[in-house]
Amino acid sequence: MALLQLSEPGMSAEPHQHRLAVGIDLGTTNSLVATVRNGIAVCLNDADGRAMLPSVVRYLADGGVEVGREAMQAQTNDPRNTITSVKRFMGRGLKDVAHIESTPYDFVDAPGMLRLRTVQGPKSPVEVSAEILKDLRTRAEASLGGELTGAVITVPAYFDDAQRQATKDAAGLAGLNVLRLLNEPTAAAIAYGLDNAAEGVYAVYDLGGGTFDISILRLSRGVFEVLATNGDAALGGDDFDHRLFCWSLDQARIQPPSAQDLRRLLARSRAAKELLSHASEAPIVCKLGSGEEVNLTVGREEFAAITDNLVRKTLAPVRKALRDAGMRAEDVKGVVMVGGATRMPHVQKAVADFFGQEPLTNLDPDKVVALGAAKQANALAGNRSADEDWLLLDVIPLSLGLETMGGLAEKVIPRNSTIPVARAQEFTTYKDGQTAMAFHVVQGERELVSDCRSLARFELRGIPPMVAGAARIRVTFQVDADGLLSVSAREMSSGVEASVTVKPSYGLTDDEIAEMLKSGFEHAGDDMGARALREQQVEARRLAEATRHAMAADGELLEPAAREAIERLLAELDRAVAGSDVGKIKKALAALNRGTEEFASARMDKSIRSALAGQKIDQLEV
Amino acid sequence: MSIDLHKDYFALFELPRAFRIDREALERRYLQLQQQVHPDRHAHLPDAERRRALQWATRVNEAFQTLRRSLARARYLLELAGVDAALETNTAMSPEFLMEQMEWREAVSEAHEAGDVDELEHLHRRLRSAAKAIEEELAALFDDRNDLDAAAETVRRLMFLEKLDQEIDEALAALES
Repeated sequence: MALLQLSEPGMSAEPHQHRLAVGIDLGTTNSLVATVRNGIAVCLNDADGRAMLPSVVRYLADGGVEVGREAMQAQTNDPRNTITSVKRFMGRGLKDVAHIESTPYDFVDAPGMLRLRTVQGPKSPVEVSAEILKDLRTRAEASLGGELTGAVITVPAYFDDAQRQATKDAAGLAGLNVLRLLNEPTAAAIAYGLDNAAEGVYAVYDLGGGTFDISILRLSRGVFEVLATNGDAALGGDDFDHRLFCWSLDQARIQPPSAQDLRRLLARSRAAKELLSHASEAPIVCKLGSGEEVNLTVGREEFAAITDNLVRKTLAPVRKALRDAGMRAEDVKGVVMVGGATRMPHVQKAVADFFGQEPLTNLDPDKVVALGAAKQANALAGNRSADEDWLLLDVIPLSLGLETMGGLAEKVIPRNSTIPVARAQEFTTYKDGQTAMAFHVVQGERELVSDCRSLARFELRGIPPMVAGAARIRVTFQVDADGLLSVSAREMSSGVEASVTVKPSYGLTDDEIAEMLKSGFEHAGDDMGARALREQQVEARRLAEATRHAMAADGELLEPAAREAIERLLAELDRAVAGSDVGKIKKALAALNRGTEEFASARMDKSIRSALAGQKIDQLEV
Repeated sequence: MSIDLHKDYFALFELPRAFRIDREALERRYLQLQQQVHPDRHAHLPDAERRRALQWATRVNEAFQTLRRSLARARYLLELAGVDAALETNTAMSPEFLMEQMEWREAVSEAHEAGDVDELEHLHRRLRSAAKAIEEELAALFDDRNDLDAAAETVRRLMFLEKLDQEIDEALAALES
């Protein structure tokens, strides 16, 4: 069975080389970190024994930063510097954010992504999220007793490319090596499916603090195949709070409140919402800064009535996802509920009515995503054991396309395509002698470019002058396993090439990230150079170990000369790692990576051939 | 070892090159292949192997989507046989067929305007059975008679139906939101 171990070198690696990997659920309201310990996924608790970290970050005038409960306690007194629900702003411009009037922040519009003005200056949502991730990373490293190899970070399935990239940037800023961005409902399906040996078609209904996802999956023999996903990246428990808050304002007949009052009343509304999941009525009592007093009672039916349209708003995506999956409600064997907002009885009832069955609530809806992410992180880090032979096939939630004449969007990769996926499209010049061509990459389902999200614009220059229609420009879209897009364009007759990873038009530039990293380390008193060296050394050892392992397993694929060449590169890398010159290690790493390309290719071919079940290679010759 | 796994999707899936396809075998092979090549299986390996995994998993997905769908499979068979069906440009269809298409289209847009979901779903079912009949024709043309010219013409008819299918889907989606 040596052949089958090809893609599983981790399996045969010495068992004591357990790599520390975590799954992180970076939520709108709360965040969690989990890991696999002795084969079981567990959430890692803070010093007080709590798994959930409120996703709240407070910037202090003295340059300090508070995260979690401590920050949350300050939100009424220091609303502008205390950022909650920052996930809603990830990868978003000012015009994208709903209910901006009922947030207490001082926004600064910036190209692509908004900023929040704090006592420490404008902060990007990426930086705020990075503070939450740093806190969880510190917690995990303290608890596991070592540096993390990597992390799987979850994102709403319906997050677009801008939101995904922003999340990945935040993780990088927090010093985390991102093994994978994983869709939240898929993470929940892993946790549920592996624990229950589930088979068949399942729906995951995930109503979080700020996002709604529905995913339809087929589970069979350890394969989690997402058939379709849909959702609303700006609909969640927060909206129910907001609805109740507006109702309170209306009932109490009070003037638009100050930032402090707004926070106070919103917090009371949220508490009332949570209470209504267990009680038939809940008080909303609050003393305002003006001296006015709000003293209301809300009943469960009343609350259900004022939020009914929010619940109904989740059902349209459910229907669309089912249609895209080619399924009907009755084909679904079980409905997994995820997210704290699914505790609301009227949400559960609406889902039960829609699917004609009681949803599954035997997993903690707050923890299930982090636990699934931990299992995936464990597998990706190479700690997978032989009996954990499962595979995950996910999709992109929104179509990707290009702007064509007349402001229309032409789809290049349709939504719900299984990733990784690539698609190429050819274009031609429309003017004689045209030497440049502009491309506008968009994401969304609508026909008009103006209704889609603009991801990037780029230009292919240096096309040799030809008559109109003679040039052949091939534009290739590649979406990787994180659901992130890169686009390249090439003029086929001359080979002139241009490529972009779809980042510039909304995200942070690499320079901005480098700058943030630098200032972050300065503040933490960390020596950036020492850290960079350590990171490169870890990376070098990882690569050397993996390469030696591959050579031991498949050395026969190498000619003696090729083998010697790789051994030379390995020796050079060893020498570099022993020293302290970061540049040298980087160079040796790159050289080894380049030098093993062909070997990697041969190994992959061998692996595919070994997968040909019958091994009847002769019969296949064509 | 002279097969080119990089080119022939049928060979990659260990299936005979034909329009009729063993769906169960196709899906089984798809999952087997992804178990080997998916980037998740290579996440802890050197960059070169991860890049290769990305390329291979992309290719396996593309191959699977091509073989799984009748229209894509038929077009792929024509391409493998070197038949230039001029699928995008040749729209010369029989007047009867075009008339039928116009009737379909009118029915869809009327149902859409009337907001009649049941009617759209009914049209969907009718369209599916019409497509099925064309697929049976294709199976005979490709696999039994090896009549590629006739197959190319039939593929064009199937393309019209696929377009209609999309329009019904879009109409239904529009009515839901």
